[in-house]
Amino acid sequence: MIIRINGKEENVSGKININDLVEDKGLNQKRIVIEHNLEIIPAEKWQAVSLREGDTVEIITFMGGG
Amino acid sequence: MEDLLRIGDKNIKNRFFLGTGKFSDKRIVREVLEASGAEVVTVALRRVDASSSDENILDHIPGRCILMANTSGARNADEAVRIAHIAKAGGGGTWIKIEVIPDNKYLLPDNAETLKATEILVKEGFTVLPYVMPDLITAKRLEEAGAAAVMPLGSPIGSNRGFKTEEIVRILVDEIKVPIIVDAGLGRPSDVAQCMELGCDAVLVNTAVAISRDPVKTARAFSLAVQAGRLSYLAGHAPSGEYAEASSPLTGFLREE
Repeated sequence: MIIRINGKEENVSGKININDLVEDKGLNQKRIVIEHNLEIIPAEKWQAVSLREGDTVEIITFMGGG
Repeated sequence: MEDLLRIGDKNIKNRFFLGTGKFSDKRIVREVLEASGAEVVTVALRRVDASSSDENILDHIPGRCILMANTSGARNADEAVRIAHIAKAGGGGTWIKIEVIPDNKYLLPDNAETLKATEILVKEGFTVLPYVMPDLITAKRLEEAGAAAVMPLGSPIGSNRGFKTEEIVRILVDEIKVPIIVDAGLGRPSDVAQCMELGCDAVLVNTAVAISRDPVKTARAFSLAVQAGRLSYLAGHAPSGEYAEASSPLTGFLREE
C-alpha cells in the first residue's frame, strides 16, 4: 500500500503500525514526533495505530534554528 | 536590585537570546551559550532525514536554558499552530516563537496570520512570542491577545543589515507594555547596543554569531553589548547639544589675560 511519509509516497508492505515504521526506519524514538493524518500520536500509542492505504505520516525532529 | 526580564513565568537575567541555526558545527552551540551566558535559545523543527546523522540540537543546549521553538516553515496561522503542537509534543516546552512567513525573498512575516496564531496558542496555554513587522496596531492587538512579548524585526532575517526599523520600534517601546525583543537582521554588537539603549528589553541574534569567523568570541561581544546598552538605558542618556560644551576648564593659566 502507498503511504505518504514526510511528503514522499512510499510503498509499504503488509500490516504495519507506527511503531513498526519507526523501527524499520531505524529512528531514535526519543527524538521524534509522529503526526498521523494531522494528529500527533504519543509514543505509547504507536503500537495501536495501524497504517492504511493513503495515510499521511510526518516524522519530525528538532534542528538548529532562529 | 537585580535587573530581571520577566517573560511568562520566568525571570531572565541575560537579555541576549540566541538562535541555533546555521552553525557549521553543532558542538559550537554549547560553547557559544557558555561564552555569552544566553538563557533563551531558539530551535526549529524539520522532517527527519533518514540519511543524516542522529545528532540532535537539543543535545547541545544545557538544561539551564529556556527552549523556545520557532514555527519556521509556517505560511499561515494554522501551520504555525500545528508546528507549536509538534514542538510541545517533542519536549520543546510551551514557549513558542511564532514565525509566519509567506515571502521567500525578504522573509517578512505576515502580521495578520501571526496575530491569529497568537490568539489560538495563548488560549491553549503557550507562552507566545510573535515575530512581526514592526507596527503599533499589530503590537497592541498582540498584547491584548496575551502575547508574552512582541518581537519586531530589525532588518530582514540573516541580512546582518542592522537596526533599520528603529523609528517604529521606538514607538513600540513607548506604547507597548509587554517586553519588546528585536529579532532578525542584527549584524553587529553595536546594533544590539543601539536596540538596548533605546529601551528594548532583549534581542535575539542568530546568523551574525553562527556565520562569524569566531562564533564564541562574537557571541561574547554581542552579550557584552547587550549589557552595555541596557546599563546605558537604565542610567539615562546625557542630553546632546548643537555646540561644544567644554569638559575641562578653559581658563588659561599659561598666558596673561
